[in-house]
Amino acid sequence: MSAVTWFGPRLKVQIGAALVLGMCLIAIFASVLSPHDPYTQNLMLRLRPPVWADRGSWDYPLGTDNLGRDLLSRLIHGSRLSIVVGLMAMVVALSIGTTLGLLAGYLGGRTEQAIMRFADAYQAIPEILLAIVVVAVFGGGVTVLVLVLGFAGWETYTRVAFNLTRSLRERPFVEAAIASGGRGRYVMWRHILPQMSPVLTVIATLQVGQLILQETALSFLGLGLPPPTATWGNILAEGRDRLLVAPWIANLAGCAIVLLVLGVNLLGNGLRETLDPRRADRR
Amino acid sequence: MRYLLRRLLLVPVPLIFVIAFVFVVLRLTGDPVAIYLGLDATPEQEAVLRAELHLDKPVIVQFGYFLADLAQGDFGTSIQFKRAAMEVVMERLGATLQLLVLGLALAILLGIPAGVACAVYKDKLPDFALSVLAVIGQSMPSFWLGILLIQLFALDLGWLPTSGRGGLEHLVLPTVTLATFLVPNFILVTRVSVLETMREQFVVTARARGAGAARALWRHVLPNAINPVVSLVGLQLGRLMGGAVITETIFAWPGVGRLMVSAIFQRDVPIVIASVFIVAVTIILANLLVDLVQAAIDPRIRLR
Repeated sequence: MSAVTWFGPRLKVQIGAALVLGMCLIAIFASVLSPHDPYTQNLMLRLRPPVWADRGSWDYPLGTDNLGRDLLSRLIHGSRLSIVVGLMAMVVALSIGTTLGLLAGYLGGRTEQAIMRFADAYQAIPEILLAIVVVAVFGGGVTVLVLVLGFAGWETYTRVAFNLTRSLRERPFVEAAIASGGRGRYVMWRHILPQMSPVLTVIATLQVGQLILQETALSFLGLGLPPPTATWGNILAEGRDRLLVAPWIANLAGCAIVLLVLGVNLLGNGLRETLDPRRADRR
Repeated sequence: MRYLLRRLLLVPVPLIFVIAFVFVVLRLTGDPVAIYLGLDATPEQEAVLRAELHLDKPVIVQFGYFLADLAQGDFGTSIQFKRAAMEVVMERLGATLQLLVLGLALAILLGIPAGVACAVYKDKLPDFALSVLAVIGQSMPSFWLGILLIQLFALDLGWLPTSGRGGLEHLVLPTVTLATFLVPNFILVTRVSVLETMREQFVVTARARGAGAARALWRHVLPNAINPVVSLVGLQLGRLMGGAVITETIFAWPGVGRLMVSAIFQRDVPIVIASVFIVAVTIILANLLVDLVQAAIDPRIRLR
Protein backbone atom coordinates (compact mmCIF):
# COMPACT_ATOMS: atom_id res chain seq x y z
CA MET A 1 0.00 0.00 0.00
CA SER A 2 1.60 3.23 -1.11
CA ALA A 3 1.40 6.51 0.73
CA VAL A 4 -1.11 7.79 -1.79
CA THR A 5 -3.74 5.07 -1.47
CA TRP A 6 -3.24 5.07 2.27
CA PHE A 7 -4.05 8.79 2.51
CA GLY A 8 -7.30 8.38 0.62
CA PRO A 9 -10.69 10.04 0.99
CA ARG A 10 -11.64 8.00 4.06
CA LEU A 11 -8.67 9.08 6.11
CA LYS A 12 -9.06 12.69 4.95
CA VAL A 13 -12.70 12.75 6.03
CA GLN A 14 -11.80 11.11 9.35
CA ILE A 15 -8.96 13.48 10.21
CA GLY A 16 -10.88 16.51 8.92
CA ALA A 17 -14.07 15.60 10.79
CA ALA A 18 -12.11 14.93 13.98
CA LEU A 19 -10.39 18.32 13.82
CA VAL A 20 -13.61 20.19 12.99
CA LEU A 21 -15.64 18.34 15.62
CA GLY A 22 -12.96 18.95 18.23
CA MET A 23 -12.87 22.66 17.43
CA CYS A 24 -16.68 22.87 17.55
CA LEU A 25 -16.75 21.15 20.95
CA ILE A 26 -14.08 23.54 22.21
CA ALA A 27 -16.17 26.48 20.96
CA ILE A 28 -19.39 25.17 22.54
CA PHE A 29 -17.84 24.37 25.90
CA ALA A 30 -15.46 27.32 25.88
CA SER A 31 -16.45 28.61 29.30
CA VAL A 32 -16.09 25.17 30.90
CA LEU A 33 -12.76 24.35 29.24
CA SER A 34 -11.00 27.67 29.81
CA PRO A 35 -8.75 27.53 32.86
CA HIS A 36 -9.09 31.29 33.38
CA ASP A 37 -11.34 34.15 32.35
CA PRO A 38 -10.15 35.34 28.91
CA TYR A 39 -10.57 39.00 29.82
CA THR A 40 -9.13 39.18 33.35
CA GLN A 41 -5.97 41.27 33.24
CA ASN A 42 -3.14 40.76 35.68
CA LEU A 43 -0.19 43.04 35.06
CA MET A 44 1.97 41.05 37.51
CA LEU A 45 1.74 38.09 35.16
CA ARG A 46 2.53 39.79 31.85
CA LEU A 47 4.05 37.80 28.96
CA ARG A 48 4.53 34.53 30.83
CA PRO A 49 6.01 31.97 28.39
CA PRO A 50 4.20 28.70 27.64
CA VAL A 51 4.78 25.61 29.78
CA TRP A 52 7.45 24.05 27.53
CA ALA A 53 9.72 27.11 27.75
CA ASP A 54 11.93 27.98 30.73
CA ARG A 55 9.94 29.81 33.40
CA GLY A 56 6.72 28.35 32.02
CA SER A 57 4.18 26.88 34.40
CA TRP A 58 1.04 24.75 34.23
CA ASP A 59 -1.00 27.62 35.70
CA TYR A 60 -0.85 29.26 32.28
CA PRO A 61 -0.19 26.36 29.87
CA LEU A 62 0.20 28.55 26.77
CA GLY A 63 1.53 31.58 28.60
CA THR A 64 -0.04 35.00 28.99
CA ASP A 65 -0.28 38.05 26.75
CA ASN A 66 0.85 41.62 27.17
CA LEU A 67 -1.93 42.37 29.67
CA GLY A 68 -1.44 39.16 31.64
CA ARG A 69 -4.48 37.44 30.18
CA ASP A 70 -4.35 33.65 29.85
CA LEU A 71 -3.58 32.84 26.19
CA LEU A 72 -5.14 29.36 26.25
CA SER A 73 -8.46 30.75 27.47
CA ARG A 74 -8.37 33.51 24.89
CA LEU A 75 -7.66 31.05 22.07
CA ILE A 76 -10.47 28.77 23.26
CA HIS A 77 -12.93 31.65 23.27
CA GLY A 78 -11.58 32.94 19.94
CA SER A 79 -12.69 29.76 18.18
CA ARG A 80 -16.33 30.80 18.64
CA LEU A 81 -16.37 33.83 16.37
CA SER A 82 -14.47 32.14 13.54
CA ILE A 83 -16.73 29.09 13.50
CA VAL A 84 -19.96 31.06 13.81
CA VAL A 85 -19.04 33.63 11.16
CA GLY A 86 -17.66 30.97 8.78
CA LEU A 87 -20.79 28.81 9.00
CA MET A 88 -23.35 31.60 8.88
CA ALA A 89 -21.67 33.43 5.99
CA MET A 90 -21.60 30.12 4.11
CA VAL A 91 -25.36 29.71 4.71
CA VAL A 92 -26.00 33.24 3.38
CA ALA A 93 -23.91 32.63 0.24
CA LEU A 94 -25.35 29.15 -0.28
CA SER A 95 -28.98 30.31 -0.01
CA ILE A 96 -28.62 33.31 -2.30
CA GLY A 97 -26.42 31.57 -4.84
CA THR A 98 -28.38 28.32 -5.08
CA THR A 99 -31.74 30.10 -5.35
CA LEU A 100 -30.52 32.30 -8.18
CA GLY A 101 -28.83 29.39 -9.97
CA LEU A 102 -31.95 27.22 -9.67
CA LEU A 103 -34.17 29.98 -11.03
CA ALA A 104 -31.79 30.76 -13.90
CA GLY A 105 -31.46 27.11 -14.88
CA TYR A 106 -35.13 26.21 -14.46
CA LEU A 107 -36.77 29.24 -16.03
CA GLY A 108 -34.20 29.97 -18.75
CA GLY A 109 -34.80 32.84 -21.17
CA ARG A 110 -34.58 36.39 -19.88
CA THR A 111 -34.31 35.33 -16.24
CA GLU A 112 -31.30 33.19 -17.10
CA GLN A 113 -29.68 36.01 -19.08
CA ALA A 114 -30.24 38.56 -16.33
CA ILE A 115 -29.01 36.36 -13.47
CA MET A 116 -26.02 34.86 -15.24
CA ARG A 117 -24.80 38.16 -16.73
CA PHE A 118 -25.10 39.69 -13.26
CA ALA A 119 -23.06 36.81 -11.82
CA ASP A 120 -20.40 37.38 -14.52
CA ALA A 121 -20.19 41.08 -13.77
CA TYR A 122 -20.14 40.44 -10.03
CA GLN A 123 -17.15 38.15 -10.44
CA ALA A 124 -15.04 41.01 -11.78
CA ILE A 125 -15.59 43.01 -8.59
CA PRO A 126 -12.87 42.72 -5.96
CA GLU A 127 -15.10 41.64 -3.09
CA ILE A 128 -12.51 42.06 -0.39
CA LEU A 129 -12.46 45.80 -1.12
CA LEU A 130 -16.22 46.05 -0.76
CA ALA A 131 -15.97 44.04 2.46
CA ILE A 132 -13.35 46.44 3.80
CA VAL A 133 -15.50 49.47 2.96
CA VAL A 134 -18.63 48.03 4.55
CA VAL A 135 -16.81 46.95 7.69
CA ALA A 136 -15.14 50.36 7.88
CA VAL A 137 -18.51 52.10 7.75
CA PHE A 138 -20.65 49.82 9.90
CA GLY A 139 -17.99 48.41 12.23
CA GLY A 140 -17.11 44.74 12.48
CA GLY A 141 -20.12 43.30 14.30
CA VAL A 142 -20.95 39.61 13.83
CA THR A 143 -23.98 40.41 11.63
CA VAL A 144 -21.98 42.76 9.42
CA LEU A 145 -19.18 40.19 8.99
CA VAL A 146 -21.63 37.42 8.14
CA LEU A 147 -23.51 39.52 5.58
CA VAL A 148 -20.40 41.01 4.00
CA LEU A 149 -18.60 37.68 3.60
CA GLY A 150 -21.80 35.88 2.59
CA PHE A 151 -22.70 38.41 -0.08
CA ALA A 152 -19.15 38.25 -1.42
CA GLY A 153 -19.23 34.52 -2.11
CA TRP A 154 -22.56 33.64 -3.70
CA GLU A 155 -21.71 33.45 -7.39
CA THR A 156 -19.87 30.10 -7.26
CA TYR A 157 -23.09 28.44 -6.11
CA THR A 158 -25.09 30.21 -8.80
CA ARG A 159 -22.82 28.93 -11.52
CA VAL A 160 -22.81 25.34 -10.23
CA ALA A 161 -26.55 25.25 -9.46
CA PHE A 162 -27.30 26.73 -12.89
CA ASN A 163 -25.29 24.13 -14.79
CA LEU A 164 -26.67 21.25 -12.75
CA THR A 165 -30.28 22.46 -13.01
CA ARG A 166 -30.00 22.82 -16.75
CA SER A 167 -28.86 19.23 -17.18
CA LEU A 168 -31.22 17.84 -14.51
CA ARG A 169 -34.19 19.52 -16.19
CA GLU A 170 -33.77 17.20 -19.17
CA ARG A 171 -33.79 14.06 -17.02
CA PRO A 172 -36.91 11.83 -17.19
CA PHE A 173 -37.82 12.07 -13.50
CA VAL A 174 -37.96 15.85 -13.67
CA GLU A 175 -39.93 15.81 -16.91
CA ALA A 176 -42.31 13.29 -15.30
CA ALA A 177 -42.78 15.57 -12.31
CA ILE A 178 -43.56 18.50 -14.58
CA ALA A 179 -45.84 16.39 -16.80
CA SER A 180 -47.83 15.17 -13.81
CA GLY A 181 -48.64 18.77 -13.00
CA GLY A 182 -45.88 19.66 -10.53
CA ARG A 183 -45.56 23.41 -10.12
CA GLY A 184 -42.19 25.11 -10.57
CA ARG A 185 -41.45 25.61 -6.90
CA TYR A 186 -42.34 21.99 -6.08
CA VAL A 187 -40.20 20.57 -8.88
CA MET A 188 -37.20 22.74 -8.00
CA TRP A 189 -37.44 22.12 -4.27
CA ARG A 190 -38.34 18.41 -4.19
CA HIS A 191 -36.80 17.00 -7.37
CA ILE A 192 -33.88 19.14 -8.52
CA LEU A 193 -32.40 20.48 -5.27
CA PRO A 194 -31.93 17.04 -3.61
CA GLN A 195 -29.98 15.89 -6.67
CA MET A 196 -27.57 18.77 -6.33
CA SER A 197 -26.99 18.50 -2.62
CA PRO A 198 -23.80 16.36 -2.71
CA VAL A 199 -22.00 18.81 -4.99
CA LEU A 200 -23.27 21.81 -3.04
CA THR A 201 -22.18 20.18 0.23
CA VAL A 202 -18.63 19.81 -1.05
CA ILE A 203 -18.42 23.40 -2.31
CA ALA A 204 -19.99 24.71 0.89
CA THR A 205 -17.53 22.82 3.09
CA LEU A 206 -14.51 24.10 1.19
CA GLN A 207 -15.96 27.61 1.24
CA VAL A 208 -16.25 27.58 5.05
CA GLY A 209 -12.46 27.21 5.21
CA GLN A 210 -11.94 30.22 2.96
CA LEU A 211 -14.53 32.27 4.88
CA ILE A 212 -12.79 31.54 8.19
CA LEU A 213 -9.50 32.70 6.68
CA GLN A 214 -11.18 35.91 5.45
CA GLU A 215 -12.76 36.54 8.85
CA THR A 216 -9.43 36.12 10.64
CA ALA A 217 -7.77 38.36 8.04
CA LEU A 218 -10.30 41.18 8.57
CA SER A 219 -9.95 40.75 12.29
CA PHE A 220 -6.13 40.83 11.97
CA LEU A 221 -6.36 44.10 10.05
CA GLY A 222 -8.42 45.49 12.94
CA LEU A 223 -11.64 45.44 10.92
CA GLY A 224 -13.38 42.65 12.83
CA LEU A 225 -14.78 42.74 16.35
CA PRO A 226 -12.77 45.39 18.21
CA PRO A 227 -10.37 44.45 21.03
CA PRO A 228 -10.48 43.30 23.78
CA THR A 229 -12.78 40.69 22.21
CA ALA A 230 -10.85 37.44 21.93
CA THR A 231 -10.74 36.55 18.23
CA TRP A 232 -7.87 34.69 16.61
CA GLY A 233 -7.19 37.59 14.28
CA ASN A 234 -7.06 40.06 17.19
CA ILE A 235 -4.74 37.81 19.20
CA LEU A 236 -2.41 37.39 16.22
CA ALA A 237 -2.36 41.15 15.62
CA GLU A 238 -1.52 41.78 19.29
CA GLY A 239 1.17 39.12 19.14
CA ARG A 240 2.67 40.74 16.07
CA ASP A 241 3.63 43.79 18.13
CA ARG A 242 5.51 41.57 20.61
CA LEU A 243 7.32 39.26 18.20
CA LEU A 244 10.75 39.77 19.76
CA VAL A 245 9.75 39.18 23.38
CA ALA A 246 6.74 36.89 23.02
CA PRO A 247 6.67 35.14 19.64
CA TRP A 248 4.44 32.39 21.02
CA ILE A 249 1.36 34.65 21.10
CA ALA A 250 1.24 35.19 17.33
CA ASN A 251 2.41 31.68 16.51
CA LEU A 252 -0.07 29.84 18.73
CA ALA A 253 -2.94 31.90 17.31
CA GLY A 254 -1.66 31.03 13.82
CA CYS A 255 -1.57 27.33 14.76
CA ALA A 256 -5.17 27.51 15.98
CA ILE A 257 -6.32 29.01 12.67
CA VAL A 258 -4.39 26.46 10.59
CA LEU A 259 -5.74 23.50 12.59
CA LEU A 260 -9.36 24.55 12.09
CA VAL A 261 -9.05 25.51 8.43
CA LEU A 262 -6.96 22.44 7.62
CA GLY A 263 -9.64 20.28 9.23
CA VAL A 264 -12.35 21.93 7.15
CA ASN A 265 -10.30 21.62 3.94
CA LEU A 266 -9.42 17.95 4.54
CA LEU A 267 -13.09 17.24 5.23
CA GLY A 268 -14.11 19.05 2.04
CA ASN A 269 -11.50 17.33 -0.12
CA GLY A 270 -12.32 13.92 1.33
CA LEU A 271 -16.04 14.50 0.76
CA ARG A 272 -15.37 15.58 -2.81
CA GLU A 273 -13.50 12.38 -3.55
CA THR A 274 -16.22 10.30 -1.84
CA LEU A 275 -19.37 12.01 -3.13
CA ASP A 276 -18.14 12.88 -6.57
CA PRO A 277 -15.81 10.09 -7.63
CA ARG A 278 -15.94 11.04 -11.31
CA ARG A 279 -14.25 14.26 -10.43
CA ALA A 280 -11.87 12.81 -7.89
CA ASP A 281 -9.03 14.51 -9.74
CA ARG A 282 -10.43 17.87 -8.80
CA ARG A 283 -9.02 18.05 -5.34
CA MET B 1 -12.43 41.63 -33.58
CA ARG B 2 -16.07 40.91 -32.73
CA TYR B 3 -14.90 39.24 -29.57
CA LEU B 4 -12.86 42.29 -28.61
CA LEU B 5 -15.85 44.59 -29.09
CA ARG B 6 -18.18 42.35 -27.12
CA ARG B 7 -15.66 42.06 -24.32
CA LEU B 8 -15.13 45.83 -24.20
CA LEU B 9 -18.88 46.30 -23.82
CA LEU B 10 -18.71 44.29 -20.59
CA VAL B 11 -16.19 46.60 -18.92
CA PRO B 12 -18.60 49.31 -17.70
CA VAL B 13 -20.97 46.89 -15.90
CA PRO B 14 -18.82 45.99 -12.89
CA LEU B 15 -17.50 49.54 -12.86
CA ILE B 16 -21.01 51.00 -12.55
CA PHE B 17 -21.76 48.46 -9.85
CA VAL B 18 -18.71 49.51 -7.82
CA ILE B 19 -19.56 53.21 -8.22
CA ALA B 20 -23.20 52.69 -7.22
CA PHE B 21 -22.12 50.60 -4.25
CA VAL B 22 -19.66 53.23 -3.06
CA PHE B 23 -22.31 55.96 -3.46
CA VAL B 24 -24.90 54.02 -1.44
CA VAL B 25 -22.43 53.24 1.34
CA LEU B 26 -21.37 56.90 1.41
CA ARG B 27 -24.97 58.02 1.81
CA LEU B 28 -25.52 55.46 4.56
CA THR B 29 -22.57 56.73 6.63
CA GLY B 30 -24.70 59.53 7.98
CA ASP B 31 -25.20 63.20 7.26
CA PRO B 32 -21.94 64.63 5.87
CA VAL B 33 -23.04 68.11 6.95
CA ALA B 34 -23.07 67.05 10.60
CA ILE B 35 -19.58 65.56 10.24
CA TYR B 36 -18.07 68.62 8.55
CA LEU B 37 -19.66 71.32 10.70
CA GLY B 38 -19.85 69.89 14.19
CA LEU B 39 -22.42 70.68 16.85
CA ASP B 40 -22.47 74.47 17.11
CA ALA B 41 -23.27 75.24 13.46
CA THR B 42 -26.10 77.63 12.69
CA PRO B 43 -28.97 76.52 10.42
CA GLU B 44 -27.78 79.07 7.82
CA GLN B 45 -24.30 77.52 7.68
CA GLU B 46 -25.88 74.12 7.33
CA ALA B 47 -28.08 75.25 4.45
CA VAL B 48 -25.12 76.79 2.62
CA LEU B 49 -23.02 73.63 2.95
CA ARG B 50 -26.00 71.48 2.01
CA ALA B 51 -26.42 73.46 -1.21
CA GLU B 52 -22.66 73.37 -1.86
CA LEU B 53 -22.58 69.57 -1.57
CA HIS B 54 -25.81 69.31 -3.62
CA LEU B 55 -27.47 67.53 -0.72
CA ASP B 56 -30.67 69.56 -1.18
CA LYS B 57 -31.29 67.90 -4.56
CA PRO B 58 -33.00 64.53 -5.21
CA VAL B 59 -30.82 61.45 -4.73
CA ILE B 60 -30.61 60.69 -8.44
CA VAL B 61 -29.29 64.21 -9.14
CA GLN B 62 -26.77 63.74 -6.32
CA PHE B 63 -25.64 60.54 -8.03
CA GLY B 64 -25.18 62.55 -11.24
CA TYR B 65 -22.93 65.05 -9.45
CA PHE B 66 -21.04 62.14 -7.88
CA LEU B 67 -20.43 60.60 -11.32
CA ALA B 68 -19.30 63.95 -12.72
CA ASP B 69 -16.78 64.33 -9.88
CA LEU B 70 -15.45 60.80 -10.45
CA ALA B 71 -15.12 61.41 -14.18
CA GLN B 72 -12.86 64.35 -13.37
CA GLY B 73 -10.87 62.29 -10.91
CA ASP B 74 -12.14 64.44 -8.07
CA PHE B 75 -12.58 62.36 -4.94
CA GLY B 76 -12.36 65.28 -2.54
CA THR B 77 -9.53 66.35 -0.26
CA SER B 78 -7.84 63.88 2.04
CA ILE B 79 -8.38 64.68 5.70
CA GLN B 80 -4.95 63.32 6.75
CA PHE B 81 -2.83 64.66 3.90
CA LYS B 82 -4.72 67.90 3.07
CA ARG B 83 -4.25 67.14 -0.62
CA ALA B 84 -6.41 65.74 -3.41
CA ALA B 85 -7.19 62.13 -2.48
CA MET B 86 -6.67 60.97 -6.06
CA GLU B 87 -3.11 62.35 -6.05
CA VAL B 88 -2.19 60.56 -2.80
CA VAL B 89 -3.55 57.24 -4.07
CA MET B 90 -1.84 57.49 -7.45
CA GLU B 91 1.52 58.03 -5.73
CA ARG B 92 1.10 54.69 -3.95
CA LEU B 93 -0.23 52.73 -6.91
CA GLY B 94 3.23 51.97 -8.31
CA ALA B 95 4.37 50.19 -5.16
CA THR B 96 1.22 48.06 -5.11
CA LEU B 97 1.48 47.16 -8.79
CA GLN B 98 5.12 46.15 -8.33
CA LEU B 99 4.12 43.82 -5.50
CA LEU B 100 1.13 42.39 -7.40
CA VAL B 101 3.08 41.71 -10.60
CA LEU B 102 6.05 40.12 -8.81
CA GLY B 103 3.82 38.03 -6.53
CA LEU B 104 1.71 36.79 -9.43
CA ALA B 105 4.79 36.03 -11.53
CA LEU B 106 6.42 34.03 -8.73
CA ALA B 107 3.16 32.15 -8.07
CA ILE B 108 2.91 31.21 -11.75
CA LEU B 109 6.59 30.20 -11.93
CA LEU B 110 6.21 27.91 -8.92
CA GLY B 111 2.62 26.75 -9.29
CA ILE B 112 2.41 25.69 -12.92
CA PRO B 113 5.51 23.44 -13.00
CA ALA B 114 4.45 21.92 -9.68
CA GLY B 115 0.95 21.26 -11.03
CA VAL B 116 2.36 19.66 -14.19
CA ALA B 117 4.66 17.49 -12.05
CA CYS B 118 1.64 16.36 -10.01
CA ALA B 119 -0.23 15.35 -13.16
CA VAL B 120 2.74 13.59 -14.76
CA TYR B 121 3.52 11.63 -11.59
CA LYS B 122 -0.14 11.15 -10.65
CA ASP B 123 -0.57 9.07 -7.47
CA LYS B 124 3.20 8.84 -7.05
CA LEU B 125 5.33 10.57 -4.45
CA PRO B 126 5.66 14.04 -6.13
CA ASP B 127 1.88 14.23 -6.62
CA PHE B 128 1.24 13.20 -3.05
CA ALA B 129 3.81 15.54 -1.52
CA LEU B 130 2.82 18.58 -3.60
CA SER B 131 -0.91 17.98 -3.12
CA VAL B 132 -0.48 17.76 0.64
CA LEU B 133 1.62 20.94 0.56
CA ALA B 134 -1.09 22.64 -1.50
CA VAL B 135 -3.82 21.75 1.00
CA ILE B 136 -1.68 22.98 3.89
CA GLY B 137 -0.94 26.15 1.90
CA GLN B 138 -4.65 26.72 1.35
CA SER B 139 -5.22 26.44 5.09
CA MET B 140 -2.45 28.88 5.97
CA PRO B 141 -3.45 32.47 6.76
CA SER B 142 -1.10 34.64 4.71
CA PHE B 143 -0.67 37.11 7.57
CA TRP B 144 0.74 34.38 9.80
CA LEU B 145 3.01 33.13 7.02
CA GLY B 146 4.37 36.66 6.62
CA ILE B 147 4.98 36.90 10.35
CA LEU B 148 6.74 33.51 10.39
CA LEU B 149 8.99 34.65 7.52
CA ILE B 150 9.82 37.85 9.42
CA GLN B 151 10.70 35.85 12.54
CA LEU B 152 12.93 33.44 10.65
CA PHE B 153 14.67 35.54 7.99
CA ALA B 154 14.62 38.99 9.56
CA LEU B 155 14.69 38.54 13.34
CA ASP B 156 16.55 35.22 13.81
CA LEU B 157 18.87 35.07 10.81
CA GLY B 158 19.01 38.79 10.09
CA TRP B 159 19.35 38.19 6.35
CA LEU B 160 16.50 40.41 5.21
CA PRO B 161 14.85 43.61 6.45
CA THR B 162 11.61 43.26 8.40
CA SER B 163 9.69 45.92 6.54
CA GLY B 164 9.65 48.96 4.28
CA ARG B 165 10.45 49.54 0.64
CA GLY B 166 13.97 50.01 -0.69
CA GLY B 167 16.38 47.76 -2.53
CA LEU B 168 15.91 44.23 -3.80
CA GLU B 169 16.21 42.74 -0.34
CA HIS B 170 13.03 44.53 0.70
CA LEU B 171 11.11 42.78 -2.08
CA VAL B 172 11.87 39.19 -1.12
CA LEU B 173 9.63 38.55 1.88
CA PRO B 174 6.52 40.44 0.64
CA THR B 175 6.73 38.78 -2.78
CA VAL B 176 7.12 35.32 -1.29
CA THR B 177 4.23 35.90 1.12
CA LEU B 178 1.91 37.09 -1.62
CA ALA B 179 2.95 34.30 -4.01
CA THR B 180 2.46 31.55 -1.40
CA PHE B 181 -1.09 32.80 -1.02
CA LEU B 182 -1.77 31.93 -4.69
CA VAL B 183 0.50 28.93 -5.38
CA PRO B 184 -1.85 26.20 -3.98
CA ASN B 185 -4.64 27.16 -6.38
CA PHE B 186 -2.26 27.21 -9.34
CA ILE B 187 -0.97 23.74 -8.44
CA LEU B 188 -4.44 22.25 -8.08
CA VAL B 189 -5.95 23.82 -11.21
CA THR B 190 -2.92 23.01 -13.39
CA ARG B 191 -2.94 19.44 -12.14
CA VAL B 192 -6.61 18.87 -12.99
CA SER B 193 -6.35 20.63 -16.33
CA VAL B 194 -3.30 18.61 -17.44
CA LEU B 195 -4.87 15.34 -16.27
CA GLU B 196 -8.07 16.05 -18.18
CA THR B 197 -6.20 17.01 -21.34
CA MET B 198 -4.08 13.85 -21.12
CA ARG B 199 -7.26 11.80 -21.51
CA GLU B 200 -8.27 13.60 -24.72
CA GLN B 201 -8.40 11.64 -27.96
CA PHE B 202 -5.81 13.77 -29.72
CA VAL B 203 -3.25 12.98 -27.04
CA VAL B 204 -3.96 9.26 -27.28
CA THR B 205 -3.69 9.52 -31.07
CA ALA B 206 -0.38 11.36 -30.85
CA ARG B 207 1.01 8.68 -28.55
CA ALA B 208 -0.31 5.93 -30.88
CA ARG B 209 1.42 7.58 -33.82
CA GLY B 210 4.68 7.27 -31.97
CA ALA B 211 5.16 10.57 -30.15
CA GLY B 212 7.20 10.05 -27.00
CA ALA B 213 5.83 10.93 -23.60
CA ALA B 214 7.85 14.16 -23.47
CA ARG B 215 6.81 15.29 -26.94
CA ALA B 216 3.15 14.49 -26.24
CA LEU B 217 3.36 16.53 -23.04
CA TRP B 218 5.07 19.57 -24.54
CA ARG B 219 3.42 19.67 -27.95
CA HIS B 220 -0.04 18.26 -27.34
CA VAL B 221 -1.01 18.41 -23.67
CA LEU B 222 0.43 21.63 -22.30
CA PRO B 223 -0.74 24.04 -25.05
CA ASN B 224 -4.26 22.70 -24.65
CA ALA B 225 -4.20 22.60 -20.86
CA ILE B 226 -3.03 26.18 -20.33
CA ASN B 227 -6.41 27.84 -20.77
CA PRO B 228 -8.07 27.07 -17.41
CA VAL B 229 -4.86 28.23 -15.76
CA VAL B 230 -5.06 31.58 -17.57
CA SER B 231 -8.71 31.91 -16.47
CA LEU B 232 -7.55 31.24 -12.94
CA VAL B 233 -5.27 34.28 -13.12
CA GLY B 234 -8.35 36.40 -13.86
CA LEU B 235 -10.42 34.79 -11.14
CA GLN B 236 -7.64 35.27 -8.58
CA LEU B 237 -7.09 38.99 -9.18
CA GLY B 238 -9.59 39.99 -6.50
CA ARG B 239 -8.06 37.60 -3.97
CA LEU B 240 -4.61 38.78 -5.01
CA MET B 241 -5.55 42.35 -4.12
CA GLY B 242 -6.93 41.18 -0.78
CA GLY B 243 -3.61 39.42 -0.19
CA ALA B 244 -1.79 42.62 -1.13
CA VAL B 245 -3.70 44.59 1.51
CA ILE B 246 -2.54 42.12 4.15
CA THR B 247 1.02 41.81 2.83
CA GLU B 248 1.44 45.59 2.67
CA THR B 249 0.16 45.93 6.22
CA ILE B 250 2.53 43.29 7.61
CA PHE B 251 5.63 44.54 5.80
CA ALA B 252 4.82 48.28 6.01
CA TRP B 253 4.91 48.38 2.22
CA PRO B 254 3.90 51.89 1.11
CA GLY B 255 1.14 50.87 -1.30
CA VAL B 256 -2.56 51.52 -1.79
CA GLY B 257 -3.64 48.62 0.44
CA ARG B 258 -1.86 49.90 3.52
CA LEU B 259 -3.00 53.45 2.73
CA MET B 260 -6.59 52.26 2.58
CA VAL B 261 -6.44 50.42 5.90
CA SER B 262 -4.85 53.38 7.68
CA ALA B 263 -7.37 55.75 6.06
CA ILE B 264 -10.20 53.63 7.48
CA PHE B 265 -8.85 54.10 11.00
CA GLN B 266 -8.38 57.84 10.39
CA ARG B 267 -11.96 58.10 9.03
CA ASP B 268 -10.41 59.60 5.89
CA VAL B 269 -13.35 58.83 3.60
CA PRO B 270 -12.02 60.50 0.40
CA ILE B 271 -8.90 58.31 0.50
CA VAL B 272 -10.92 55.14 1.10
CA ILE B 273 -13.23 55.93 -1.82
CA ALA B 274 -10.37 56.88 -4.14
CA SER B 275 -8.39 53.72 -3.30
CA VAL B 276 -11.38 51.43 -3.78
CA PHE B 277 -12.15 53.10 -7.09
CA ILE B 278 -8.60 53.02 -8.44
CA VAL B 279 -8.02 49.43 -7.35
CA ALA B 280 -11.35 48.33 -8.81
CA VAL B 281 -10.48 49.97 -12.14
CA THR B 282 -7.05 48.29 -12.09
CA ILE B 283 -8.56 44.87 -11.47
CA ILE B 284 -11.29 45.29 -14.08
CA LEU B 285 -8.68 46.31 -16.67
CA ALA B 286 -6.41 43.43 -15.67
CA ASN B 287 -9.35 41.08 -16.11
CA LEU B 288 -9.86 42.48 -19.59
CA LEU B 289 -6.20 41.85 -20.34
CA VAL B 290 -6.44 38.26 -19.11
CA ASP B 291 -9.48 37.62 -21.31
CA LEU B 292 -7.72 39.06 -24.35
CA VAL B 293 -4.64 36.92 -23.72
CA GLN B 294 -6.91 33.94 -23.46
CA ALA B 295 -8.63 34.79 -26.74
CA ALA B 296 -5.25 35.26 -28.40
CA ILE B 297 -4.00 31.80 -27.42
CA ASP B 298 -7.29 29.93 -27.84
CA PRO B 299 -9.28 30.27 -31.09
CA ARG B 300 -12.23 28.46 -29.49
CA ILE B 301 -12.87 31.57 -27.39
CA ARG B 302 -12.00 34.09 -30.10
CA LEU B 303 -14.41 32.59 -32.64
CA ARG B 304 -17.29 31.83 -30.31
